Amino acid sequence: MGANVVTIPAGDSWQLPSRGRTGMISLIVAESAIFTIFVAAYVFYIGKSPDGPTPKQILHVPIFATICLLSSSLTMHAAADSLRRGKTAAFRLLWILTLLLGLIFIISTAREWHRLIYGQGFTIETNLFGTTYYSLVGLHASHVIAGLAGLTIVAILGVLGKVRSEHSERCDILALYWHFVDAVWIVVFSVVYVIGR
Amino acid sequence: MASESIALTVHRSPLQVVYEWMATVDHKKIGLMYIVYALLFLVIMGIEAILMRIQLAHSNSTFLSPQVFNRLFTMHGTTGVFFVAMPILFGFANYLVPLMIGARDMAFPRLNAFSFWMTAFGGLLLYASFFAGKGFSQGGIAPDVGWFAYAPLTAPAFSPGHSTDYWTLSLLIAGVGSIGGAVNFIATIISMRCRGMTLSRMPLMAWMSLVMSSLVLVTISPLTAAQLMLMVDRYMGGHFFDTTAGGSVVIWIHFFWIFGHPEVYVLIIPCFGFISEIVPVFSRKAMFGYPAMVAASVGIGFVSLGVWAHHMFTVGMPSYGNAFFVLTTMVVAVPTGIKIFNWLATMWGGKIVFATPMIFCIGFLFQFLIAGLTGIMLATAPFDWQLANSYFVVAHFHYVIVGGILFSIFAAFYYWYPKITGRMLSEMLGKWHFWIFLIGFHLTFDFMHVPGLLGMPRRIYTYEAGRGWETWNMISSIGVIFQAAGILIFVYNMIQSYFRGTIAGNDPWDAWTLEWSTTSPPPEYDFATLPVVRSRRPLWDLKHPDDPDWKYE
Repeated sequence: MGANVVTIPAGDSWQLPSRGRTGMISLIVAESAIFTIFVAAYVFYIGKSPDGPTPKQILHVPIFATICLLSSSLTMHAAADSLRRGKTAAFRLLWILTLLLGLIFIISTAREWHRLIYGQGFTIETNLFGTTYYSLVGLHASHVIAGLAGLTIVAILGVLGKVRSEHSERCDILALYWHFVDAVWIVVFSVVYVIGR
Repeated sequence: MASESIALTVHRSPLQVVYEWMATVDHKKIGLMYIVYALLFLVIMGIEAILMRIQLAHSNSTFLSPQVFNRLFTMHGTTGVFFVAMPILFGFANYLVPLMIGARDMAFPRLNAFSFWMTAFGGLLLYASFFAGKGFSQGGIAPDVGWFAYAPLTAPAFSPGHSTDYWTLSLLIAGVGSIGGAVNFIATIISMRCRGMTLSRMPLMAWMSLVMSSLVLVTISPLTAAQLMLMVDRYMGGHFFDTTAGGSVVIWIHFFWIFGHPEVYVLIIPCFGFISEIVPVFSRKAMFGYPAMVAASVGIGFVSLGVWAHHMFTVGMPSYGNAFFVLTTMVVAVPTGIKIFNWLATMWGGKIVFATPMIFCIGFLFQFLIAGLTGIMLATAPFDWQLANSYFVVAHFHYVIVGGILFSIFAAFYYWYPKITGRMLSEMLGKWHFWIFLIGFHLTFDFMHVPGLLGMPRRIYTYEAGRGWETWNMISSIGVIFQAAGILIFVYNMIQSYFRGTIAGNDPWDAWTLEWSTTSPPPEYDFATLPVVRSRRPLWDLKHPDDPDWKYE
């Protein structure tokens, strides 16, 4: 059953947006809503901690890590672009560079946390600032880790020579997520290290 | 292909059948699992309601202890919103949307199965608290913090044990399932429509699912965020809602209602979809004001994001805050009014068939209108200061949820059951179900407004004699008997008709949307050849080639 209900004149083109892209954009909207609530809580609680330490006393601005993460968006864009044009060697190089830049960011966050926790004794329990700081930065870091996991899988497949230009849409969709993670960092960085410090 | 699947159905052992359902990625099977799962929880939450109504039937009752009463209203509310209403609506959307837009499945079938099983696991986890709320060795205790779990009730000091953690975790997990489902619906509706199914030709049910899913993305996520914060507080010693360390309890209330109010629209908007599919078919007229209907729904979606603090007039806000939320809340009445007039205009001058799906829709129209009117009353801040947290509020939102959402879900069952099972539900039992349930609904919830006006607060486990509340509460409790009887008739009807109902055929209602063009039940692949459409009523075009709709649209 379910025969063609009505015939449409031939040559009528029928093109819909890709489901992967639509799904990823929807996921990004949902994730943005989660971040919005965490950022709102962070901003609301700036300066509300009755006890120290304050952000000014202990936070170091992660300028180098930020530069790495933001430039990884550029290399990611270039990587996706070269894959689309079939330059797989350039794609591999740029993709792995993106992965390395992301790794530098997450390692530097880890070192910062290690310094705060073991050096300064500053934990999520210490005060309200600690609670909001570790939650917001940690939420972002967990997204970076999820993105790195995706990047690593593609990088391995790329090294094995399995990623070709016909996969460029899938890489574009993963890139979309990575750009989102980077864009969120701009917000988190501004709130935590500029406004809140 | 068809003969192969028939051969398979003959030789399966029960274990294979179970495996087939557990491992399925078919949108129809997943939809059915959502629906059956939600119906089980509907019975459970109904039993919880019956227990509470027995307790409140007369004054100074000792049928339930105060502690048990707190657990019952918490579980009743949480179950109703997250494990009855949402899964049942997701289930119908799962089953119907791909069929209606001429697709063979959802955009991401495996994500679909994942979303269902997350939701299912969330519900089971919530009810595991009955056995393990104190830890497995100490026995069970259900959450008792109310369905909105205001801080600081959820703080470790006031909620020792794990019952609150069961509540938090189960909603977090079910929320992941809901977000996955919403992503999937959006991708399906945007990217999987058959040839010619432009957005302006989509069935309204598909449109409403799109609006509902978009709302889920921006409402369930804040709940997820708030639950994460609560977990940081409870497990890691955080201070988000800890007033002794500078935290705020009001911010939990804000976060909860930023989720909680749009959530009501997540529930009612798919119901608008049901009504918009059923009313035209049984009025024998095309939907009146289709573009206005779409615009009104999208409008409600947007406005609903800016009304949450009308739940917080008694918490205390600056006067401009009160004024803002009074006005935005009242604005909701405008698109809602447009919808009600559209349905009435669709019926106006139509050749109305009073079949069971239609009479449930008509019941919906009256009751939803009244629910909206008490909503406008409560949106007025001074009125709300008087009646917030009273039984007037309880009566109001049950009018929405039972009188609106549940009635339209019943309409959907009577309308689509023939498509899903291949057999009609009994019309006679359907009418009995409608009238008995209608009487029960009005006995319970019409009269529940009065003790609220007389000052009876919600969530009290009993009350003194002589306050003038007894008669009203007794009438409300008697109504529950009728409601339960109505539900029993409905369940009996579904079981009996499954085996003995008259064979439905492809299109028993002479309807116009694509799901009626395939067999009942539809084959696994939905459509042998993908349909092509040229108007909003593709089956009308097929049945009336001399006078097709696309000539006029």
